[in-house]
Amino acid sequence: MVTRCLPPHEAAPAAPSAPQGDGPSGAAVLSVAGLTVAFDGAAVLQDLSFAVGRGSALAIIGPNGSGKTVLLRALIGALPHGGVVRWASGTRIGYVPQKLDIERDVPLAAIDLLEARARLVHAPRAAIGRVLGRAGLGADALPRLIGTLSGGQFQRLLMALALLGDPNVLLLDELTAGVDEPGQERLNVTLDRLRREDGVTLLLISHDLSVVDRYATHVLCLTKEHRGFGVPRELLTADLLTRAYGEPIAFFRHDQPQR
Amino acid sequence: MTSPSVSSLVVAASMALAAGLLGSFVLLRRMTLAADALSHVALPGIGIAILLRIHPLVGALAALMGGAVVIWTLEHRTRLTTDAVTGVVFASALAVGALLSTGEELIDALFGAPGRLSAWEAIAGIAGAAVVVIFVGVAKDRLVLAVVSDDIARSSGVNVRRLDLLYLLALSLTVGLGLRYLGALLMGSLLIIPPAAARVLARNLTQMLTLSAVVAVTSTLGGNWLAARSGTESGPLIVILAGAWFLGAMTVASVRRLTQRGAAAARS
Repeated sequence: MVTRCLPPHEAAPAAPSAPQGDGPSGAAVLSVAGLTVAFDGAAVLQDLSFAVGRGSALAIIGPNGSGKTVLLRALIGALPHGGVVRWASGTRIGYVPQKLDIERDVPLAAIDLLEARARLVHAPRAAIGRVLGRAGLGADALPRLIGTLSGGQFQRLLMALALLGDPNVLLLDELTAGVDEPGQERLNVTLDRLRREDGVTLLLISHDLSVVDRYATHVLCLTKEHRGFGVPRELLTADLLTRAYGEPIAFFRHDQPQR
Repeated sequence: MTSPSVSSLVVAASMALAAGLLGSFVLLRRMTLAADALSHVALPGIGIAILLRIHPLVGALAALMGGAVVIWTLEHRTRLTTDAVTGVVFASALAVGALLSTGEELIDALFGAPGRLSAWEAIAGIAGAAVVVIFVGVAKDRLVLAVVSDDIARSSGVNVRRLDLLYLLALSLTVGLGLRYLGALLMGSLLIIPPAAARVLARNLTQMLTLSAVVAVTSTLGGNWLAARSGTESGPLIVILAGAWFLGAMTVASVRRLTQRGAAAARS
């Protein structure tokens, strides 16, 4: 049992392919080697290496300011970075960014966004109804201005947007922030089903460790001093979390059969 | 006073259409300050062109394209102070331009004077406006996603950096086209006021673009007509008409809100 955050080079190469029983795992969808991102000379991420197997669910955890969002943004090429980020060919990405500030009176309706993305990723118009259902957003939200949607509804809209074009990789930056309890549960179940049935690879940032424990197949723990990569049962230990977050952390572990 | 020729009105209307459409995205992207400041850059271009005895609009366009590249570079280099730097650089450009131009020519350059259009000027004007309108049509989906989130646009396969550059160049071109009618000082407002009026009423993107175009075109045609009749600069008249549209839109929106509230109260 690994019960500590591994130093980066130890964690790097071997970790990715630990198969979790189900799902078409194996080939790496994403491999990252020596990733470094710096702002104004200060490194936010340094020499980070890991790989993500097809059909796995990687949860990225760590305290505020540990570079979780920066990591996701670097992976989609939004930030200048050192090192190598390699996506497998044929990768189609759906991305949900961290909470966005939308002015109430922006004259864009939900349908405007969905149609724009559908055309760009060559999804048929009928796909819009399908992704709305998966994201749990009613069709009555379509004509509404995006600034008048509730926080939870807007997150569902972003999820629906990400699902257009049948992505085989989803990058989710606190997807369920602002979503009510039952809604969170449904989104998590939907994601889990996408992964199990369609082999969609998930990279998700979450602060909810019980969700991470339940749905993630792998965990990447990002902190300045300690870094770890492993499976939830091994990584989400009191000792390790204390070291990662700097204070004792308790979370509820669902008692369910091992994946 | 003679009334403006048909060809000159067609050129003005197509310029205004381009400004109304592209201006919608200026507002959506919260770039109104940059657009306004950018239009000031035209002035030194005009001054230098007159000194060099080339067509003033050629000088203006060259300066505007240069300004667009400067904004584009600043946007990606510095993360905090784009607004401030834009303000400083382009206010200085206005000052330099004012020194380079003199008298009546300065007034025309600042406030717009439609004058007589040569045949090639009319053709170039319409062609330029067509380029901008086509750009908006082709890039609309990319621009919409980038308004909400650059990262969502990126993950949808959009080259955001290239899109930004093309958008700023289209903005320069639009400003260049409108200089004759509104001048360097006021052209920015044709990119700002019609979309602002449209935004008050619009409930989706199509309504926004349509209303903005209608306000821009009617204000420009009306301003031209009034300027020809009264023998004054056209720019101020165009801006005043657009401002009137904005007030009208605000009034309609208030009435709409009141009646909605009334209906809601009646139901409960």
